[in-house]
Amino acid sequence: MSGTLLLVQALNGLQLGVLLFLVAAGLTLVFGVMDFINLAHGVQYMLGAYLGAHFAAIMGSFWLALPLALLGSLAIGLLLEVLVFRHLYARDHLAQVLATFGVILVLNQGVKAVWGTAPRELPVPALLDGGITIMPGLQYPVFRIAIIAAGLATAGLLWLVVERTKVGMLIRAGATNPRMVAALGVDVRRLFTLVFATGAMLAGFAGVMAAPIFSVEPGMGDTVLILAFVVIVIGGIGSIRGAFIAALLVGLIDTLGRSLMPDLMRLILDASSARQAGAAIASMLVYVAMAAVLAFRPAGLFPVRGG
Amino acid sequence: MTGIGRRGLMGASAGLLAAPMLARAQGTPVKIGLVAVLTGPQAALGTQLRDGFQQALRHLDNRLGGRPVEVVLIDDELRPEVAVTKVRAAIERDRVDFVIGVVFSNILAAVMRPVTEANTFLISTNAGPSTFAGRGCNPFFFTTSYNNDQVHSVMGQAAQDSNYRRVFVMTPNYQAGRDAVAGFKSRFRGEVVDEVFVPLNQLDFSAELAKIAAARPDAIFTFMPGGLGVNLVRQYRQAGLANIPFLSTFTVDEATLPAQGEAALGFYSAASWAPNMPIEANQRFVRDFEAQFSYVPATYAAQAYDGAMLVDSALKRTGGSTADKDALRAALRAADFQSVRGNFRFGANHYPVQDFWLCQVARRPDGKFQTETVRKVLENSTDPYAAECRMR
Repeated sequence: MSGTLLLVQALNGLQLGVLLFLVAAGLTLVFGVMDFINLAHGVQYMLGAYLGAHFAAIMGSFWLALPLALLGSLAIGLLLEVLVFRHLYARDHLAQVLATFGVILVLNQGVKAVWGTAPRELPVPALLDGGITIMPGLQYPVFRIAIIAAGLATAGLLWLVVERTKVGMLIRAGATNPRMVAALGVDVRRLFTLVFATGAMLAGFAGVMAAPIFSVEPGMGDTVLILAFVVIVIGGIGSIRGAFIAALLVGLIDTLGRSLMPDLMRLILDASSARQAGAAIASMLVYVAMAAVLAFRPAGLFPVRGG
Repeated sequence: MTGIGRRGLMGASAGLLAAPMLARAQGTPVKIGLVAVLTGPQAALGTQLRDGFQQALRHLDNRLGGRPVEVVLIDDELRPEVAVTKVRAAIERDRVDFVIGVVFSNILAAVMRPVTEANTFLISTNAGPSTFAGRGCNPFFFTTSYNNDQVHSVMGQAAQDSNYRRVFVMTPNYQAGRDAVAGFKSRFRGEVVDEVFVPLNQLDFSAELAKIAAARPDAIFTFMPGGLGVNLVRQYRQAGLANIPFLSTFTVDEATLPAQGEAALGFYSAASWAPNMPIEANQRFVRDFEAQFSYVPATYAAQAYDGAMLVDSALKRTGGSTADKDALRAALRAADFQSVRGNFRFGANHYPVQDFWLCQVARRPDGKFQTETVRKVLENSTDPYAAECRMR
């Protein structure tokens, strides 16, 4: 494998990581601040993608579809909060997992009822179409660069809000000790609603940004949700910084594993078993990494919650 | 004395009873258990299958062999244990005369014994695994699709015919993916530059696309069903690789084209049917199907349409009766109907003997996308397992 190819693969890993961060950021916020396991975060990502594809088909423009899809994601998120999630905050994690799993089933089926079962597409906006040749015969799509930029911008903005503003201070305080925050006279319910709305918007944003690359279909959020949980567990639940670093880590491990493992296995196995074993091991690497992190740092790389 | 009397009475009444009984056979509905996956990520394929069958019933005035039809719709949920439970219920409680449909091979394998051991005919309109084509062939089993291996080998032959020397192969890492590679290689004589296996839940192909660019093959061969194929096709185009011919099976078809759109333009697939085939029965099917369901039918729909037409032709031959299984089997085997594919007959293992085509994605004048035939690759092709079948 040449050095160029390795660099290209590292870039690919980075980009997958940034996309994972967009999904994981909302999840870790909600989980960290509200101590609420929202399995439905994946379907909120899916709804963002569907709304994006839907509005783009009507308006004929990605740039009009993006804000509309964000508003739609926000509205649906708030509706879910009022109808379902609000009643679960005080319950234990099992009840939350069951109820939000129910939301997954209902929304996956609902999406099918509204948009049909066939996959849909959101075209790449003309402004970001095309690519840059990064190695002979391979173009790096401009839209993927836009995803990296959007992810970095989101990370920066979230960091700024969480670390440098009063709301951010409350969020950090809420993540560490919500009862104390409430005792100090902060309206925790309003704080929760704000955090939840941000999480829903982030999920929707990730969905819209992913839709031009991935297939928009029922159940598309489920795979992403699992990876997002891996990210927040590695990063430390509730930590934006942890989510960012863990997402990049997971993206890199996954991509480099997929591209290098079959070749590495060839050192000890014959070609055809090396390919299959390499592929199988590569798909496990992320979870192996998570297990390793949990073994040495049970609270993740950047633990937030105080004892 | 009494015995003779009773026998005489029966003999006398037989003539009288025969007429109303025939009339009743004509009047009672023939019951069909239609099995398709209608929920979950692969539901689009099951929906195609269901709609193709429904379209055939519309063309037949909701009658099969002159008898009214009652369809028991079974959603297999792509879960073998669910499929078995529901199909058993359809046979034992609803007493269906035929079980038709089935998109996926693992579902077919699960329902095979429950259906055929109840002496009920099972007609697969999509799944065509090699298990039931060779030694495992069954007198109560027919398929109107193909043997899976055939489709992959057609692409191997097409690559051979196009004089591609170096081909890059990429499939998901599970049994069907490995079968696809084997099928392709069975007819391709050139060099396979690299074989890449990806997990079934793969999202991002950029690592693999970089590998393809580095290998610079004459063509790639891939089998990426459903959403996998949508992701791959769009990312392949976005990575500027579309100048490398994209040979595929079950990756670009009318079920995925609405989402792949322009990105799939010019990509190749192998099939025994395409919507543009200039056969009268096919044009009528495609036109009326689109008018009814407002989307372009794929092979799943076409083969289900043929499945209904097959049953109709068989029941016409037996006068609507399903009682004599041997007569019904002979009538099914005759395949006396006009397939939307043109040439169609059954081999000794009840799998079709048919032509296979190289197809290519094209944009129609109305802006929709469909696969269109490029050239015939195999003629009257029998699957490689038929010789092993000893029908008992």
